[in-house]
Amino acid sequence: MASTQQQQQLSAIKGAKVLMVGAGGIGCELLKTLALSGFQDIHIIDMDTIEVSNLNRQFLFRQSHVGQSKAKVARDAVLRFRPQISITPYHANVKDSSFNVDFFKQFNVVLNGLDNLDARRHVNRLCLAADVPLVESGTTGFLGQVTVHIKGKTECYECQPKPAPKTYPVCTITSTPSKFVHCIVWAKDLLFAKLFGDKNQDNDLNVRSNDTATSSDHSEDIFELRKDEDFQQYANRIYDHVFGHNIQTALSNEETWKNRNKPRPIYVKDVLPDEPVQQNGSADQMLVKDSLSSLSAMSYLGLKNPQDIWSLKENSRVFFAALKLFFTKRQKEIGNLTFDKDDHLAVEFVTAAANIRAASFNIPLHSLFEAKGIAGNIVHAVATTNAIIAGLIVIEAIKVLQNEAKNCRMTYCLQHPSRKMLLMPVEPFEPNKSCYVCSETPLLLEVNTHRAKLRDLVEKIVISKLGMSLPLITHGSSLLYEVGDDLEEDMVANYAANLEKVLSELPYAITGGTNISVEDLQQELVCNINIKHREEFDEEKEPDGMVLHGWTPAPASENNKDATDNNGASTSSTSKSAPAVMEDDDELSIMEVGVETVSAVGKKRKLSDVPHPETLVEDKRAKKIPEQPENNGDVVVMLDDGNDAA
Amino acid sequence: MNGEELTEQETALYDRQIRVWGVDAQRRLSKSHVFVSGLKGTTVEFCKNIVLAGVGSLTLNDDNPVTENALAANFLIPFDDNIGGGGSLADLCCDSLKDFNPMVHVSVEKGDLSSFDVNFFEKFDVVVISCCSLAAKKSVNEKCRKLSKRVAFYTVDCRDSCGEIFVDLQNYAYAKKKADETVECQLLFPSFEEAIAIPWRSLPKRVSKLYFAMRVVERFEEVERRKPGETSIEDLPNVLKLRNELCLAHSLNESQIPDSLLERLVASTKEFPPVSAVLGGILGQEVIKAISGKGDPLKNFFFFDSVDGKGLIEDISTS
Repeated sequence: MASTQQQQQLSAIKGAKVLMVGAGGIGCELLKTLALSGFQDIHIIDMDTIEVSNLNRQFLFRQSHVGQSKAKVARDAVLRFRPQISITPYHANVKDSSFNVDFFKQFNVVLNGLDNLDARRHVNRLCLAADVPLVESGTTGFLGQVTVHIKGKTECYECQPKPAPKTYPVCTITSTPSKFVHCIVWAKDLLFAKLFGDKNQDNDLNVRSNDTATSSDHSEDIFELRKDEDFQQYANRIYDHVFGHNIQTALSNEETWKNRNKPRPIYVKDVLPDEPVQQNGSADQMLVKDSLSSLSAMSYLGLKNPQDIWSLKENSRVFFAALKLFFTKRQKEIGNLTFDKDDHLAVEFVTAAANIRAASFNIPLHSLFEAKGIAGNIVHAVATTNAIIAGLIVIEAIKVLQNEAKNCRMTYCLQHPSRKMLLMPVEPFEPNKSCYVCSETPLLLEVNTHRAKLRDLVEKIVISKLGMSLPLITHGSSLLYEVGDDLEEDMVANYAANLEKVLSELPYAITGGTNISVEDLQQELVCNINIKHREEFDEEKEPDGMVLHGWTPAPASENNKDATDNNGASTSSTSKSAPAVMEDDDELSIMEVGVETVSAVGKKRKLSDVPHPETLVEDKRAKKIPEQPENNGDVVVMLDDGNDAA
Repeated sequence: MNGEELTEQETALYDRQIRVWGVDAQRRLSKSHVFVSGLKGTTVEFCKNIVLAGVGSLTLNDDNPVTENALAANFLIPFDDNIGGGGSLADLCCDSLKDFNPMVHVSVEKGDLSSFDVNFFEKFDVVVISCCSLAAKKSVNEKCRKLSKRVAFYTVDCRDSCGEIFVDLQNYAYAKKKADETVECQLLFPSFEEAIAIPWRSLPKRVSKLYFAMRVVERFEEVERRKPGETSIEDLPNVLKLRNELCLAHSLNESQIPDSLLERLVASTKEFPPVSAVLGGILGQEVIKAISGKGDPLKNFFFFDSVDGKGLIEDISTS
């Protein structure tokens, strides 16, 4: 009997065509395990190329592959031990238009090993539209999870809201930082961007919200090198301006400091009094082996260990050295730079600037290693968790292929055992009836229709919140906005003009009570949005100037009163059922690092990693499983604590 | 801290995992020596994991020739003329593993596991054995225990879609973080022989059925003088008979070791690759914990069955 089951399993595996999205940490493990398990036809999409920091876990890659396509190298590596199978790599973004619903329809199951929320949502929608089951996964450090999403049978990836991108109020960053991460955001998004980035971009560096009077007129050119000054004068001036003058000015606003510790202005002459004309020697001295990639303020200054915490003096020296290297050796890039965690000099500059600011505000200083983690949103990752999660993905995928949706489980990989379990299976949840993605429930948008422009709606809601990439906005039967390659010129001009119009002044005015429809042609997702006019918004709490309702879940008022206890990262009551979003890989634009990104918890699922593992899975629904007919004394799925009848 | 810093190369390569376990743990890993005997899918997964993690050295032992069966769950050996070729499993796995991380010293130790004496094991901090007899498990475990230094001992076995890990860290003290303070914790592990000698009746209720089933199959192989994993569906009646005898001796209800579970274990001795990945991952994590002294170690059995999807820790000890 066992062997007939195995035969059936094997033929389901052999006949399957599977799509893997992501060839990173989980992807490498997954591709290997799929191949060993007998899968014959695997397609794999990944837009990334290989980096050194991948090699500690993405075992299909070697040093010599750095810079090459992950999807292609992974394919070649697996074909070495399974040459007879077919692996089709795509070095491309899964959001490319060629990966449309028809493309997805050719697969029996889609397996995600992704590193960002945006792509996960996109794949979720395509799987729903194509009606292809999705096995989703994520890991952070020793924690991981695998979930199964089958249209109409289990919840979709977006039935539970995900933690929103962590944003900080502007004035916390510009005026009142209280944590090191605030200093990092300031150094990276404001100072770095101001000095080296696009000059035309909005930048709040000199904006202090309570302090408009002092936003001096000349602040615009303060960051430009003046004709009559040399580099050192310029560097000193910048330093004194951002770490001295700006703090001094902020101090004059008594109101701000009533309940806060006052910061201390820092000037060059106080920190480096003996170095009046700083290293006037040529920057070439800084370049022992002067290849661009190895430009380093640290090595010039003899600072070796990235784990060390530098003094204020050292940070200031790194600041000047890094600034000088940018201005002398990478001048061509100035004006076009964006912060990149793999740009060593940029990390040095941001670390130093953040630390000097932290010193001002009496916030503990951090090492370059730590600062890099925060600035680059680097997610912790180890090979073992990825291997375990990949194994679990294949186990679920095989159940899906054998049409055993009933036996599918979401599985959590825990760091500390909960009721003896390190790997904990949980019965999947039913679709959320108020999910705007899989149930197409209308959303409600509160907005000031006389002030907000269509552009605000598109950027802050349609793209950022609804995760659409090719949106089409209609009001009744009239088109207000559309994105696409094949549009007529006059339409493009028309839409561009609409973008700048206030909602109530659009050709088909959007006002309170209006119902608009937003559609993504690639994702085949339609959202209806009811508009409600509202005059005022709280700048700090509602920085978008508009509030979207309905994309958080319907209130689940069942059991647990303690839904928001400290089970994890999320403390906001609106995101209490946020499931664990975890990232497999390096990039993510969202999490506040330092907070373990995982752990998130559900009101229903109560999954917590670190703090309270014993509170896991309190959902009543988990307990109904033992009621299912037992399968001949064989080991029964049992999520309840004990009471194993067999 | 023992002063030595990681090299720039190490810092760059291990960046993401140093963010998980810290520089100190990484340094300890790079000085540790691991021995693995019996190279099938699960141990190969484990080897990959610890080579990537950056242990100091890994010594492989498996003189078996490369057969098609041996390659079923092995991704280390390129599929070409290697089948039936000259090299042993250990030789070929070694070549491949070296490639994974040039900073790890990977080598082969030839010889039968039972021929290694106590002194041999002194070179290692961690010993992992797999695909071996009950007698070999007991004797290697005892040899490790005779040494004055602590050698962490593990066994791992995967049959069909089930698996078992056994851990013996002897007398193990580690720092445990509780809220803000760090407390010293101490755990006393029994040897394999001691653990399996504990009468079944006195075990906690609801011990995983796999624990009992594995003992039955292990005993069967010993009595019948089979090589590990050398069973088939034809053996089922005799295995069930042995199950009944053992249950009677231990006063355990036979339903605690279901026929269907035993059938799976004897009929299909092949490893199911996803389960190998899970077991190799858990074992890798445990070994990293033991070397680095960070995190609660698993005490002292781990079971995974892909049918129910649970990964369970069982404490089978008298203390």
